[in-house]
Amino acid sequence: MSALPWTIYVSLAGATLLLALGRASPWVARGLALATALAGAALGATGAAGFTAQPGLQTLVNIPWVAGPGIRYHLAADGISLVLVMLTGLAATAGVLFSWNVRERAAEFFALYFLLISGVYGVFLSADAFLLFVFYEIAIVPKYFLIANWGSTNREYGAMKLVLYSFAGSALVLAGLLWAHAAGGGQGFGLAELTRAASALPAAQQVPLFGLLFVGFGVLAGLFPFHTWAPTGHVAAPTGVSMLLAGVVMKLGAYGCLRVALPLCPAGFAAWQPLLGGLALAGILYAGFVALVQEDFKFVIGYSSVSHMGFVLLGLAAATPQAVAGAVLQMFSHGVIAGLLFAVVGRMVYERVHTRRLDHLQALGLHRQLPFPALVFVLAALASMGMPGFSGFPAELSILIGTWRTAPLWALGAAAGVVIAAAFTLRVLQVSFFGPAEPVAPTDAHPPPALDPITWPERAGAALLLAATVYVGLKPDALLGWILPALQSPALQPILRGTTP
Amino acid sequence: MTIDYSELLHAFRPEACLVAGALLVLGLDLATGRGRTAERRARNAALLGLLALAAALAATFAAAPTGPVAAGTMLLDPLARVTRTGVLGLALLVLAATPGTLRLPHAAEYVALLLFATAGFTLMAGTTSLLLGFVALELASVALYLLAGFDKSRPESAEAALKYFLFGAVAAAFLLFGFSLLYGLTGALELPGIARGLAAQPVSPLLLVAVVMVLVGFGFKAAAAPFHLWAPDAYQGAPAPAAALIASAAKLAGLAFFLRLLESGLTAPAADGPPAPWTGALAVLATLSLVVGNLAALGQGNVRRLLAYSAVAHAGALLLGVLVSGRAGPGPVVYYAVTYGLATVGAFLVLAVLDGQGGAQAHADLAGLRRRSPLLAGVLAACLLSLAGIPPFAGFLGKFLVFAEALKAGGPASLPGAIALLAIALSAVALYYYLIVLKEALVRAPAPGAPAIRVPAGAALSLIATVALLLALGLLPDLLLRRF
Repeated sequence: MSALPWTIYVSLAGATLLLALGRASPWVARGLALATALAGAALGATGAAGFTAQPGLQTLVNIPWVAGPGIRYHLAADGISLVLVMLTGLAATAGVLFSWNVRERAAEFFALYFLLISGVYGVFLSADAFLLFVFYEIAIVPKYFLIANWGSTNREYGAMKLVLYSFAGSALVLAGLLWAHAAGGGQGFGLAELTRAASALPAAQQVPLFGLLFVGFGVLAGLFPFHTWAPTGHVAAPTGVSMLLAGVVMKLGAYGCLRVALPLCPAGFAAWQPLLGGLALAGILYAGFVALVQEDFKFVIGYSSVSHMGFVLLGLAAATPQAVAGAVLQMFSHGVIAGLLFAVVGRMVYERVHTRRLDHLQALGLHRQLPFPALVFVLAALASMGMPGFSGFPAELSILIGTWRTAPLWALGAAAGVVIAAAFTLRVLQVSFFGPAEPVAPTDAHPPPALDPITWPERAGAALLLAATVYVGLKPDALLGWILPALQSPALQPILRGTTP
Repeated sequence: MTIDYSELLHAFRPEACLVAGALLVLGLDLATGRGRTAERRARNAALLGLLALAAALAATFAAAPTGPVAAGTMLLDPLARVTRTGVLGLALLVLAATPGTLRLPHAAEYVALLLFATAGFTLMAGTTSLLLGFVALELASVALYLLAGFDKSRPESAEAALKYFLFGAVAAAFLLFGFSLLYGLTGALELPGIARGLAAQPVSPLLLVAVVMVLVGFGFKAAAAPFHLWAPDAYQGAPAPAAALIASAAKLAGLAFFLRLLESGLTAPAADGPPAPWTGALAVLATLSLVVGNLAALGQGNVRRLLAYSAVAHAGALLLGVLVSGRAGPGPVVYYAVTYGLATVGAFLVLAVLDGQGGAQAHADLAGLRRRSPLLAGVLAACLLSLAGIPPFAGFLGKFLVFAEALKAGGPASLPGAIALLAIALSAVALYYYLIVLKEALVRAPAPGAPAIRVPAGAALSLIATVALLLALGLLPDLLLRRF
């Protein structure tokens, strides 16, 4: 347990070391980056090994920080944070492996990368709302420079849009937190204190307060109709950063909704619940339909990310223990699978054939030239469609069953979303890799250029993420054993209806 | 009323150091400057000036907090100590960066003016008398007018000085008129006497006129909308270090004087009675400044004008802090002013270094700064992100504390709470225009053939110290807050 805070410090130290020493050569930078990512993942795993599941947050560090407003440096973890810390370790490691080919200013790239990662770890481990917000903001700004400096298509636009959406969302959150703080008489920012203060407010005040907090965090989770930053941002970002954005940064929003917005305002949530379910469902279906007609490979994945995050929000909106547990599982699952998909599209395919247009890719018949990416993509596509044996299956099934208990109509709509996801995934799979078998006549004067072979970091990264999704797919209880006790916490009990499965 | 001169000397030791230092700088340059190179003279003057500032800083720390001194004209309370330390520190940062960056003749006069201005600031920090306050304000202002026009080779500098002077003189006239009405109403020049006099009479139209005059005067000085029109031209034309001083230390000192005037002079009759007569007008100024500053900054293509409009926006947040300081004490708003001053000084000093090597006016002049000088690019990023309110830089916590106090004062439905919500919403706008500048500096490639930039040692030291202070105050705000 006590190892968990060190995930933050190690990432920050890694970022500093990268700036100080990493300029020597790209190899030094890569080595340092991989070491930092592995250290973070190992510390997370060590923390998990010493973890005994209990309801409620288990304090790791708790010292006074700013006396006036009662801010404390309070880190704590429960099963939900632990799942997301593990995900961050995985995604960070895989992201470094798929950023192996960053040559230009690699040290600065990885330094910003780990600044972002330290913020992500920090959010997942904060038990003080102020601290959580600080880490949340620390995770926002590096994204701008990562995308604008190292990105591709329309990168300055995509980066600015993404950062302004995130920051506007966080401004709503800030307003909500300060309001809750004021309601509590300005005693402190601990989540428990804020929950006590805000949940005692009359419903008429809880409704706008919940709106500020949930929509503010929801922007980052891809809440429809504030999701439009996600596809453009993901497409503009360099591969490693797309993997992080879809893999962990969108989870920050969903985590904030679950950890802050829901416990603070149970009465506000009750009023918002129908609208939230509708928005989540709209996100699932709308993004799914849009993904169906995209001409750019990466945009398909970008919209599929929004659609799959819709399941997370639907699970939160349904607020039965099973649905929320499924939502947390889906956060993990989507983090791994989206990372894998972006890795195939952005790194394995685009860096070799330099096009992402599906009609061009179709003409290439890539499965012959790139068998390994084709295999990985087939597996990732199966996982993304929610096939049994992969992590998406228990997650989405659990969300659907849990939602059925509150709102059968939502569950039916979301089930239709699963079908749409299968449709756009199969379409893109067929078009991108399995184009016409004989695209180029053997006598053609221009034989297709030989593509670079797949490198070992790519193989290792793909294997890592595949192993994670298969392991959780076969043994979801490994994570559910942490998640379900956490749902028994007094903070979440007023929200959750029904009994734990 | 007798004055104890030893006590007087004790209270005014920092000012004595500054004035003696200024005279020494001038005298030494007069005596030994002939025949020496301009660079050497500039370095000597700057070194002597730094010594004077350091001595004043030491004297500020050494002075024990006391009650009213010098027949009630000065009060060495925590607000005075923190403000004095703040303005001296900011002046120190500005002056340390001067050798090697500001290539002007008459460096000794420049340093002496800077010290005189700082003496005005430190006096404003502690004064409780309308008369001494006005004299201190004018001492600082006159020195700043001259500093703004110090670059005689550029007509823009003269324009900046003229505009700053004309607006400043009008503001002084308003202030003086307001002060004389207050004196006429109460027969007192000391703030406690004024408060007693006002408590004994009903709110008269004459008092409202006086309050409005005072607010207009301070509004001009602080560049609060709608009295901000001088700021963009002054910031653009003045030499960058002078602009840094105008934007940072002058605001901090003015804030301290303003706070004292409102809180102990024009105070509300009772804590839970009707609000003080200035509440509404101050709220209007704060709201207008926030909206005008943030929206106008969006359209700027010149970094300095952008910083000027962002200063207007920050003035709005400061006024919001003043509005709630009665309940919350001066801590949050002074913290805000100090951290805002630090970030502004850092940004202007980066521009000052660039001025010495090709100049920087338009955003595009910053293109590729990260390649030309990683240090400058890093400092600019830190300062602008602090201004935008991004943790872990101190600007974030300043906003956070002020907004928290504003919301605590009565929830989001109250007047300060609503202004705080508006300010929070506008912070997303602010991030956009700061990122536009940072995009040039950190993302775009430099213009072909743009040379690398050599940062003089003093400026480098000062810039690093600024960022270190921004980080230290951001991570450990109690360093400053527990002084109150």
